[in-house]
Amino acid sequence: MGSTITEKILARAAGRGEVHAGDIIEAKVDLALANDITAPLAIAEFEKAGFTEVFDPARIALVPDHFTPNKDIKAAGQAKKVREFARKHGIVNYFEVGRVGIEHVLLPDAGMVAPGDVVIGADSHTCTYGAVAAFSTGVGSTDFAAAMAWGHVWLRVPETVRFVYSGTLSPWVTGKDMMLHTIGLIGVDGALYQAMEFAGEAVDGLPMDERFTMCNMAIEAGGKSGIVGFDEKTARYLESRPAGSRARTAGQVFAGDPDADYARVLEIDASAVRPTVSKPHLPSNTAAAADLADVPIDQVVIGSCTNGRLHDLRQAADVLRGKKVHPDVRCIILPGTQDVCLEAIADGTMQTLIEAGCAFSTPTCGACLGGHMGVLAEGERAVATTNRNFVGRMGHTGAEVYLASPYVAAASAVAGHVATPDDVGAVKGGPR
Amino acid sequence: MIFVGTVHKYGRDVDTDVIIPARYLNTNDPDELARHAMEDIDAGFVDRVRPGDIMVATENFGCGSSREHAPVAIKSAGISVVVAASFARIFYRNAINTGLPIVVCPEAAAEVESGDRLKVDLKAGVVENLTRGRVYTAEAFPPFMQELIDRGGLLEYVKSRVGGERA
Repeated sequence: MGSTITEKILARAAGRGEVHAGDIIEAKVDLALANDITAPLAIAEFEKAGFTEVFDPARIALVPDHFTPNKDIKAAGQAKKVREFARKHGIVNYFEVGRVGIEHVLLPDAGMVAPGDVVIGADSHTCTYGAVAAFSTGVGSTDFAAAMAWGHVWLRVPETVRFVYSGTLSPWVTGKDMMLHTIGLIGVDGALYQAMEFAGEAVDGLPMDERFTMCNMAIEAGGKSGIVGFDEKTARYLESRPAGSRARTAGQVFAGDPDADYARVLEIDASAVRPTVSKPHLPSNTAAAADLADVPIDQVVIGSCTNGRLHDLRQAADVLRGKKVHPDVRCIILPGTQDVCLEAIADGTMQTLIEAGCAFSTPTCGACLGGHMGVLAEGERAVATTNRNFVGRMGHTGAEVYLASPYVAAASAVAGHVATPDDVGAVKGGPR
Repeated sequence: MIFVGTVHKYGRDVDTDVIIPARYLNTNDPDELARHAMEDIDAGFVDRVRPGDIMVATENFGCGSSREHAPVAIKSAGISVVVAASFARIFYRNAINTGLPIVVCPEAAAEVESGDRLKVDLKAGVVENLTRGRVYTAEAFPPFMQELIDRGGLLEYVKSRVGGERA
């Protein structure tokens, strides 16, 4: 029997000839990460268990991105615990405010993930790194604590569901729309415990940034991981990482066998996907953005680990160029990293967005999880490029979040209601 | 282990944001987390729950964020065991790792109602509705997970694997 990409990666990490769905393995961890919410609990468990040494200070990343810059005194205390642990153990990849970015944008951009790697993270969106043909999955704090000590993680090898997207995308339709559409089709537990493998002509055509977005949201269908096979775009992305980084110097490329065993194969006509929105309060509650013009909004959030890359901000700028954010709307940008900010300054994206009336935040998860930098009041409604629209996710339980692409979010910011770029007369590829 | 308690029943897709909202994640103190358990889905839960009570839900319990604060909050609030038709995978791992007993039992999850008295025999894998006189068989844990539970959790297992100099 042949193997899927995921099975091959996990066989390598387990030091076995082959592994198949259902096998329980102990996999070597290439990178383990946690943030300022999950790391303090992990540190407490690590120390309570009596561990005094981490397995490899260079293979652990501590990324205080959720409640930083410290949102309140308690959060400051949690961030301090992470900082002190990083110093004590010589954690190479600890990122202080000023250098920190949103973990799932920061770490791959810094070249910390190579194809064929096994990455675990105490953050559910760790599944993002599948975009570089790595296996990556979210775990809790205790699993992260165990990996810090042991350098391994136990895993049940997941079945793979292969999603094959045929055709080419219509204007203003992105990887985000494909993913929301997919979650709408299969439900929030439609890929429970499974690896979601994205393939087909439309995925081949996606830029890396949109592949990251798709893999990022695998968890919203219950998936264990998301993955896209290695191709020239992956290679070019990895080649442009910092010199000497893992992305440039390590990794192993795997491809699925033709006779690999898939739990199921779903064929999706990508050319029929429209700009898609997930209505409250589940990512699977999808509708066409064009059908929701009667939904007035108070806030727009563009950014996060899902859509906080330069490409995403450029898409927002393409819609907002020369336009103004609606007087009744606050439009908040949560850029992924400091480098994203610098690039957005260099190419004029930031100026375009600020001139349109957007507020630029420091890189932080912030409003996505109702932490800070844009919490919603009772009765308020937001369009967000983030990943979850659960009850209370962005603030009050009486608030509502509509998930969308940067194009739709930006158009909604102009219109003051859920809208598509066509609704606000945006011209794709207009003057920069 | 056998638990007997009163049921608090929920539906499908109970996410970790409603189990413990992010605004309380600036701490990992179990007592403090317990004071806000289930706050965004059931504001009266914390006042109603009694030590040993049992939580029952249908599909995909604990979906969303990886926050281990969720099982910690539920356990610290006094819940002895969670019975569900299915669990989201990170919550499932976290529950085992933090010592919150969980049971997969779709039939019981479908039929049990809030206020029922339930008896859960973890070892035997039997869920009994004392109020309605129904008995259900739960799914057994895979052997490896049962071994983790028997050894006292993941970190005890890892200690035995890492050996002397790091343990």
